[in-house]
Amino acid sequence: MSSADRRARVGNATNGFAYEEPLLFERSRPGRMACSLPRCDVPETDPAAVLGAAALRDDIEGLPELSEVDVIRHFTRLSTWNASVDLGLYPLGSCTMKYNPKVNEKIARLPGFSGAHPLQPVALMQGFLRLAFELERNLAEISGMDRVTLQPAAGAQGELAGIMMIRAFHEQRGEKRRKVLIPDTAHGTNPASAALNGYEVIPVPSGEDGLLHPEEIERRMTPEVAALMITNPSTLGLFEEHIARIAEIVHARGGLIYGDGANLNALLGISRPGDLGIDVMHFNLHKTFSTPHGGGGPGAGPVGVKNALAPFLPVPVVRKLGGQEGEGFTLDYDFPLSIGRLHANFGNVGMLVRAYAYIRSLGPDGLRRCAEMAVLNANYLLARLRGVYHVPYDRPAMHECVLSDRHLDGTGVTTLDVAKRLIDYGYHPPTVYFPLIVHGALMIEPTESESLEGLDRFVDALLAIAEEAREDPELVRTAPHHTRRSRLDETRAARQPVLRWQPEEPA
Amino acid sequence: MLEAIGVGSVEALFANVAQKHRLQRPLAIPAAASEQELVAEFSALAARNVHHASHDWFLGAGCYAHFIPSAVDAIASRSEFYTAYTPYQAEISQGTLQAIFEWQTMICGLTGLEVSNASMYDGASAAAEAALMAMRITRRTKVVVANSVHPHYREVIRTYLRGLEAQIVAAPRAADGRTAALAGLVDGGTACVLLQQPNFWGAIEDVAAAAAAAHAHGAKLVVVVGEALSLALLRSPGSLGADIVCGEGQSFGVPMSLGGPNLGFMAARMASVRNLPGRLVGQTVDGEGRRGFVLTLSTREQHIRRERATSNICTNQGLCLLMATVYLSLLGRVGLRRLAERNLAKAEYAKARVRATRELTLPLTAPTFNEFVVGVRGSAAAALERALEVGIVGGLDLASYAPELGPALLVCTTELATRQAIDRLVAALAGERP
Repeated sequence: MSSADRRARVGNATNGFAYEEPLLFERSRPGRMACSLPRCDVPETDPAAVLGAAALRDDIEGLPELSEVDVIRHFTRLSTWNASVDLGLYPLGSCTMKYNPKVNEKIARLPGFSGAHPLQPVALMQGFLRLAFELERNLAEISGMDRVTLQPAAGAQGELAGIMMIRAFHEQRGEKRRKVLIPDTAHGTNPASAALNGYEVIPVPSGEDGLLHPEEIERRMTPEVAALMITNPSTLGLFEEHIARIAEIVHARGGLIYGDGANLNALLGISRPGDLGIDVMHFNLHKTFSTPHGGGGPGAGPVGVKNALAPFLPVPVVRKLGGQEGEGFTLDYDFPLSIGRLHANFGNVGMLVRAYAYIRSLGPDGLRRCAEMAVLNANYLLARLRGVYHVPYDRPAMHECVLSDRHLDGTGVTTLDVAKRLIDYGYHPPTVYFPLIVHGALMIEPTESESLEGLDRFVDALLAIAEEAREDPELVRTAPHHTRRSRLDETRAARQPVLRWQPEEPA
Repeated sequence: MLEAIGVGSVEALFANVAQKHRLQRPLAIPAAASEQELVAEFSALAARNVHHASHDWFLGAGCYAHFIPSAVDAIASRSEFYTAYTPYQAEISQGTLQAIFEWQTMICGLTGLEVSNASMYDGASAAAEAALMAMRITRRTKVVVANSVHPHYREVIRTYLRGLEAQIVAAPRAADGRTAALAGLVDGGTACVLLQQPNFWGAIEDVAAAAAAAHAHGAKLVVVVGEALSLALLRSPGSLGADIVCGEGQSFGVPMSLGGPNLGFMAARMASVRNLPGRLVGQTVDGEGRRGFVLTLSTREQHIRRERATSNICTNQGLCLLMATVYLSLLGRVGLRRLAERNLAKAEYAKARVRATRELTLPLTAPTFNEFVVGVRGSAAAALERALEVGIVGGLDLASYAPELGPALLVCTTELATRQAIDRLVAALAGERP
């Protein structure tokens, strides 16, 4: 018997401290429970007597029976199977995986924030309203917009809110515009948000230099076009140098410009979207303003607008009291042109608290420094990797750089293989195969959080993988080799979907 | 670093941003605060919000004060979970992926349906996305929404359906608090009926009857659950004929946090999985045949399908989903049921106390779970003010939500409400001053 077999037989299914862990439901044992209710201080009620037996369920299928130790060990073990920012460089392009300061976690857990209710009297939530008011003002100043709503729960919901306001703006002027222009480098959420609000999407090609060119906009900017959605810096990591001219063209023909703020990190304190002709934009607080990504949310996607669009903002709106009204803040609902509500309450308040704490702890100099260091780091990576990896649009980068696998042609190694091999070197891979216009794209965003030594080690890993691709391509093509699981069969998952655990049928 | 790049200064890195496009001054925001100052400043702000531990708490209406076991935050505070992103790279995201798969399994069990997604922003957007999903499946445009669905949810549904060719028809409330018969409202152009269970007024709806009314015309039944704990007690909406069940999962161990981030959930039948919005995790195997989990069926989603996607949603509420999965594991099938029964017992006690007064009434007679409407004399605002004077947040003033009920409050009793606090609440609402 091999030592691995012997370990497996002993039953802990470990390889040292690398644990296997079954599903919760497989750990379940009848009679275990990890909750304790206080003694009941009111008469016990028979639910069947109150609600009728027919209204009640028998058993709750799908819930396990576990002790607290079972639960804690289960999730602690699962946690060790994740890559995370706290473990190392996480250069996922356009996701801005910067460090999430610990103090913000502490602040968001203050009971006055975490334990407060959205419908408690306005007089009893003045701390929150003040914070919301100040955060709105800070975001407006940072972006050059006039007004901000904090309600959208994520960037994509922010896009939806922005597009709805654009529609409401045109309709208010009696105009029926049915199309939205979207560059081919845009995030998928842009066309999806426009379509969700009933718009036809017209793609706009980028130029050979990767930039959006005024002529391409000029050609498509008909009276049917409601807006151009633009991401600046673009997903190629390039500053859209013609943005002001493009905005002039769109505005002259009655259209508006929507700015996708996913890449705002590069511009903090340097340049403001509102000064470049953007009329509406969303912020990704989980990117630029360091609220943790949470394994895929919750995020927060506030939206800034110019005054012309302010009447259409979602309700409620936070207002500072003045004059006879006394001190403090209130919520206003009476905006007849508002697009309405987007969220059951005020948006993801816990994320708003963290983002405001981040802005307060950095101040104007610190925010600018973020942009500078993020851009420095991205250009440093570009400089060291150029030559070994193909650079499809070789221009000065902003916060991220986009490479491709073209120089690996002939080795059989592709972008996906490079990404998976990076895992063996202890790095979360970059965003891959996006933007779509770059064949085999590797989109790398180091953020300002990384040190020179950390970047050098990451570059060394990428250079080593390029060598491996030539010397031992099979090693790269079958990576990762040092994870709990090797490459997972995604085709099988999609063809034979198993989307929940079910007890095995007795034979 | 500058040398490697070949520029002389950090400033030069921004050469592509024309001078006229640069901000020529520092941002006009306050100077940086040290960590010590930051904690002091935010503690002062937080102190200006009351919360469920500073007062006896009877305010629910879609956001519920439940006790959260310490183990929930212990896990949610692990930065291996909270500083990770969407699990695109499955081999190094198995922790997040397995937790989502477990959540999907639990939601299927609770709702009585076959497939659950990896969560939505909140109950309101989940309800709106459910309406859109029903419209896609049926290729119809009329949506019947019960007036007893949370008023904010109804507003969000209206917002989401703006710009689309959709018609929203309201189904009125009957005198007992439930939704009146739907028969005349549903027709061959109806995509779905949206019903909340228990409804906004606390009343337990007849889901089976609504399903029959919807299905008679080929429409879907969407059941929205505002208080997820009720699922532990009531027959699952799926078993009563609901086609889509969605709602707010905040009750499962997620802090109220002024109503966000909370936890939208959504489940449906397997036959309509291709129309489901949001992320899905599926089971598969790796190269050695070992079980593992991946994001799957993503051809529904915006990053693949762009303008033809089922929704524009990108992220989910990953960390809140984790909290809820830990919470449900801790309580388990027995504990969750006991907790739900305790909530019911508290509400029945409170209703009995209300009935025993001469000043207060229970204007709606339908059975309830942990929330119910109380009629008061004079003004509801004055009654709430009296409660506040004795340290009680007494419920929601319904003046702007249901003026036809007269002065009335929506009162919620979770396991946190002690008998003594209930007695004091009833006395204060009835008009006793301390």
